[in-house]
Amino acid sequence: MSLDTEVPAPPPVRAPVPEAEDRELRKRERAFAHRDKWWGYAFIAPAGLGLAVFYLWPVVQTLYYSFTEWGAFGGTTWIGTANYDTLLHDAEFWQALGNTLLYTGLVLLGIPLAMVLAVLLNLKGMRGTGVYRTLYFLPVVTMPAAVAVVWRWLYSGDVGILNQALDAVGIDGTYWVSDPDTVRFAVAAVGVWMTVGYNMILLLAGLQGIPQDYYEAAALDGAGRVRQFFSVTMPLLSPTLFFTTVLSVIQSLQVFDLIYLILGANTSVGVTNPAYGEGQTVVMLFFQKSFFDNQRGYGAAIVSVLFVLIMALTALQFRLQKKWVHYA
Amino acid sequence: MPEATRSPKREGRLWPAHLVLSLGAVLTVFPLLWQVLTSFKSFGESTRVPPTIWPHHWEWSNYATVFDSIPFTEQFLNTLLMALLRTAAQLLLCSLAAYAFARIRFPGRQTIFLGFLAVLMVPGELFLLPQYQIMQNLGWLNSMQALVVPGMFSAFGTFLLRQFFLGLPTEVEEAARLDGANPFTVYWRIALPLARPGLLALGILTFLWSWNDLMWPLIVNTDPEQMPLSAGLASLQGAHLTDYPVLMAGSLLATLPVIVVFMVMQRQFIQGIAFSGMKG
Repeated sequence: MSLDTEVPAPPPVRAPVPEAEDRELRKRERAFAHRDKWWGYAFIAPAGLGLAVFYLWPVVQTLYYSFTEWGAFGGTTWIGTANYDTLLHDAEFWQALGNTLLYTGLVLLGIPLAMVLAVLLNLKGMRGTGVYRTLYFLPVVTMPAAVAVVWRWLYSGDVGILNQALDAVGIDGTYWVSDPDTVRFAVAAVGVWMTVGYNMILLLAGLQGIPQDYYEAAALDGAGRVRQFFSVTMPLLSPTLFFTTVLSVIQSLQVFDLIYLILGANTSVGVTNPAYGEGQTVVMLFFQKSFFDNQRGYGAAIVSVLFVLIMALTALQFRLQKKWVHYA
Repeated sequence: MPEATRSPKREGRLWPAHLVLSLGAVLTVFPLLWQVLTSFKSFGESTRVPPTIWPHHWEWSNYATVFDSIPFTEQFLNTLLMALLRTAAQLLLCSLAAYAFARIRFPGRQTIFLGFLAVLMVPGELFLLPQYQIMQNLGWLNSMQALVVPGMFSAFGTFLLRQFFLGLPTEVEEAARLDGANPFTVYWRIALPLARPGLLALGILTFLWSWNDLMWPLIVNTDPEQMPLSAGLASLQGAHLTDYPVLMAGSLLATLPVIVVFMVMQRQFIQGIAFSGMKG
């Protein structure tokens, strides 16, 4: 795509039109489809039955359990909304919810960071993109349980490399993951570290989908680099940015393994971390109540609330997208 | 990439970008590098202030300690088998259902598809309590079946592959159909080979997620011999809470296979992630 030779095509001609593409797909499908219904049922049956038994029906069961209490030997008793009443007054739950929301918000800050990296990688003539991509992607494929162990070590109060580095420049570190004041920020930093590569890949794919002509047309109209970024890149990238945000929120609200192991929750002597309450997330609380304290009804209520919260926040984002997301 | 932009003048302007990107890359890779170095230090050396960068004495015994503390070989095989079986099952079952949703007409198709989509929207924790009970009732706790069976089915995989099938041209399938091939033959011989990039993307993602999965194994398989590495690593941490060189060795061993697969197939990995992002 040279700047000097060809006259840029007017943007509207090259603009992708999703509806037209969709119509094309449907036309194609009408043109060709097997009509043997028994084949259809046979193809669907294995996956369909498995999903029904292990996923769809369990959702109904979990919602039902949230209105019951579990006996010591497994039977359930209907107790109405008692679990939810308890939940409303359970300081531990509210703390966990607050922790989870803060974690989610802080991890979202990684998206602008990923955006900067993606934009830099997408610069014309950029070399070594493959190497950068590989390096930034390593934390994404690393097992979260291993990530937790590694960061516990970096954060270690007495001999951790972070405190030794801070010490060298005259700053007094702390016991990052067992200090109630720092634990939430410490784990969120790891959350960002783990997700930046993933978000960067998604955003880079979005950036690469923007036709070069748009930039050339904008340049002809006298738009500088900055103006091009805000008038071309941002609007055209907004669907990808929206998608990345929605996904990031959904995943962060369900965070478990990373924080569970960073806090060192799995010792035989029980929880010894003084900042455990300040670090605990909603899913960790669910795990504890359901599978260790045998309060399954209460555990079911906790995840039911989480479910509603995720749905509500996702719906809210879809409503707000009209204000900032541009679909070509 | 365009030739015009390779001129030295433009290259010169890229150095600030390289500076930012390399700085970020160093921050990204450092924890993993530190993990490798620490795993070879003696406990005493790892706690030295100021720290040594390079191990003075290479302490291979940390790795032996990992093998002594957890049944590593069994757990490695458990993880591998779990990830492979889940992946193989998903590729087959999801692609079958996806093909039906994309190419076969039958009453109730839309309704059933909505059911699949509903599962896609629910956070995973809502399935766990009833899934655990099913495993308990079947007597499958502490078994390979418990690790594998619920993970064989995926609404996400079905949706991903359906989108992929919808994007494929239909001419060859049509011709085969006219020649009298039945829908299964058309699916198996024509559609599936064409869908290879989609299958690869799903396969990579499923393998990665299965390998790294922690909560489900912690719930169903509490016997160390039946655990995958993720849960094994958690128990290693429980046993050696402050012996970091051993923990680093264990976590490195647990992640290494996936890192190697990633290094070998990184293009497919990254395309798979980008693809699922675009379509999901």
